[in-house]
Order: sequence, then structure tokens, then C-alpha cells
Amino acid sequence: MYGNDFSAPGDAPDHAPDDAPGAGLLGEVEAAEAELRAAAARQRRGGPAPDEDLAAYFTEVVDAEQKIEPRDWMPEAYRRTLIRQIAQHAHSEIIGMQPEGNWISRAPSLKRKAILLAKVQDEAGHGLYLYAAAETLGISRDELVQLLLDGRQKYSSIFNYPTLSWADVGAIGWLVDGAAIVNQVPLCRCSYGPYARAMIRVCKEESFHQRQGYEILHTLAHGTPEQLAMAQDAVDRWWYPSLAMFGPPDGDSTHSAQSMAWKIKRFSNDDLRQRFVDMCVQQAEVLGLRIPDDDLRWNEERQAYDYTQPDYDELMQVIKGNGPCNRERMAHRRAAHADGAWVREAAAAYAAKRADKREKVAA
Amino acid sequence: MSNEHSPLWEVFVRARRGLSHTHVGSLHAPDAELALRNARDLYTRRQEGVSIWVVPAGAITASSPDEKDSFFDPAADKVYRHPTFYEVPDGVAHL
Repeated sequence: MYGNDFSAPGDAPDHAPDDAPGAGLLGEVEAAEAELRAAAARQRRGGPAPDEDLAAYFTEVVDAEQKIEPRDWMPEAYRRTLIRQIAQHAHSEIIGMQPEGNWISRAPSLKRKAILLAKVQDEAGHGLYLYAAAETLGISRDELVQLLLDGRQKYSSIFNYPTLSWADVGAIGWLVDGAAIVNQVPLCRCSYGPYARAMIRVCKEESFHQRQGYEILHTLAHGTPEQLAMAQDAVDRWWYPSLAMFGPPDGDSTHSAQSMAWKIKRFSNDDLRQRFVDMCVQQAEVLGLRIPDDDLRWNEERQAYDYTQPDYDELMQVIKGNGPCNRERMAHRRAAHADGAWVREAAAAYAAKRADKREKVAA
Repeated sequence: MSNEHSPLWEVFVRARRGLSHTHVGSLHAPDAELALRNARDLYTRRQEGVSIWVVPAGAITASSPDEKDSFFDPAADKVYRHPTFYEVPDGVAHL
């Protein structure tokens, strides 16, 4: 559920990631799903006429809010942008299992452990939905996995921060998953069909994650003074990195316009960040926790909260590999992949043996 | 997970008794049995299905989008296949 895939300046130029609105998030996902069905139901000719300009046809389909499907003609840059964005999104889900996975064995109760296990398993599932969506664009799973292992494709920088206490699991659910949902709900309306459908599925499951995080924080914040302090400490550490998940400010965002025109991206980074802040303020009040921003206040004129921007220099440092856990995350992923090799080989050998037997029986 | 050893499978799930199997996505697996198990873990974690089909993606033959129009044209001029084509005289019941 971590869908923003901007890159650091100097990285291969491509397009910015996702975008999303906030209030009544599940409602918006439902609305996107209904819209997808409605768009599919709208009468349209089946495809471009034999002598029609394919680029014009593509633009017409996108402008009509209809979906581009895998075997349709599409501009090469559209394909590349989507591959990069969907892959980065998938990698984020996979790497995103690590910070929370650290706490599975130390969850404070069997119930919390079972819930956290289910959540981490969901993240793996989200990664797989997204890899499958990327593969429809003509890149193989092996290539995608290798691009991550080689460090040639990125994952969300948020996962390069450590989870120091149990309260961090709560803060990740509330803030990180919350920011990711705000980023991702608009992706449910993405012009590329397989991505839009995967995102609808992901967002529906994500809302459980956000609520479980919120519940953890709420329980801690209403517990002993030590538990309250632990919850506040987690929010203090995760607040600004969560704001940074929306990417650089609009003025510095290099590849938004084209993604907007292609209806891959639908809202600017700053719009989404604002939406997230506006959502969180009231939720923090109910928690009884303080958002660590002395300048956070309601702006009557803008009908939105004024807030302090995250440290974008830090964001760029983390994206470039200098965050607290970049090396650890990649080392862990590489080791997990290498350690799983014998399982893949054994399964393949077993499948080959059985196929062989069937052939002999048939012969 | 090598593509060579772990081909792509398309997954179809019957959500409830009385509904048809619907395509839900795809996955990699070395054989049909593991494809089924992976499909269960990936696509029915929330009781989304009562039955799963897995089909090797390579075994599916698809029509080409380039010939969408000509391929489906033969159906375009046969409006009489739809019941709404016919005028029903006033007062006829059960038709």
C-alpha cells in the first residue's frame, strides 16, 4: 500500500507516481469501482479502424475515461512509465513487510500477533497483484525481481526507517498506511485497466491496515503513562517521513504533467499531502496524541490546515540510499531471495518429474 | 522464481454457489497443484471464493485487439437477435 514512486533528481527520469484523495476513503474506492464498471458499459466501438491513427485512438480512449488494456496499442513512454511505477509500487509492498515483520515475534499478545501476521501477508499479496499487473506490460517477473535486487528500481523511501518500538507498528498503520491510501485511492481510476483493478483490491484491504494501526495507538495512548509516551514517540518519529511519502513539492516535481494527461496521476503531490494532513488532525485529537508541528493550525481562508513541510533534503538522501535502514533492507531481501532458491528449485524439479511421468503414462 | 520453471497461470474464482467463475488475476507456480494453493493464498484470503480454476496462461488463445472491429462485425447487423427488435401488439400477455 505504498504507492508513491517519485525518484531523486538525477535518477532515470520518469514519471511521478500516485495520487489520491482522502475523506471516506473506502467510499471513494467503491465509487472508483462503480465508475470502472460504468465506463466499461458505455457503448464504444471495439477498436481503432484499420487505417486509423493509433495514437489518436489511444488519446480518445483515455480522454473518454475508458481503460487501456494490455494488448491495446499504447505510447512507449506510457508503457515505460507504468512499468516503472507499478514495479516500484510492488517492490514497496515487498520491502514494506520488513519493518513490521520485525515485530511479529514480539507482538504483545496472540491476538496482535495473528493480526500483524495477516497484515504482513496482505502486503506480500499486494506486491504479487502489482507484479502481475506490471507483467501485462511485457516485462517478466524475473526481470522485475532482478531490478529490485540490483538496486536499479526503487521502493518507497519510508521503509528505510527503523521500527524501534511496538508503537511503531501502530504509527505505520495509521500514518504510513494512511498516507499510502491517500496516494492510492486515485490510482483506482488510473487509465491502465490492470493497475486500476489491482489498486481497487489493494485499497479495500488497506483500510483494515490503517484501522489496526489506529487501534494499536489508541490502546497505547489510553494505557499507562509509559505506553502513552511510547505512542507519542512513535508519532513524533513517523509524522514527517509520512508527509514526505507524497514526494517533492509540486514546484520540484519533474514528471507530473505527462502522467496527469495520461490519467495515471490525478492529483498533485501537494494536494494529496494537504488532504492527508487535514484528515490526520482530527484523528490525532481522538487518539489524544500530538502531531509534532508547532505551526499546525487551521487556515480559515484556505479551509485547510497550515503545516510544516517535511525535510525534502532528507527525503532525497534516503531515496539515494543514505537512510537509516537502506542497506539492511536490501541485504535482507537479497538473503531471503537466495535462501528461497532451493524451494524454487525443488518445486520445479518435482513439477518436471511429475510431467515426465504423465508423459510416460500417456505414451 | 524463474519464469521458465514457474510459468504464469490465470486464476478464476467462483465467489458463491450460483455464480460463474470470474477472472481475478494471475500468478506464477511450477505446477497446477501449487498454482491452486498459491491462488488460494493470494486471491481468497477473505473468503472471496468457494471454487478456483487455474489455467496455464500459455494455453489461452486470445482474439487480437487489432481486429476487434472486423472480428466482431458479424454480430453488428443482427439486431433481430435481441427481443427488443420485435414489436409486440398491445394487449398480448406472457410474451
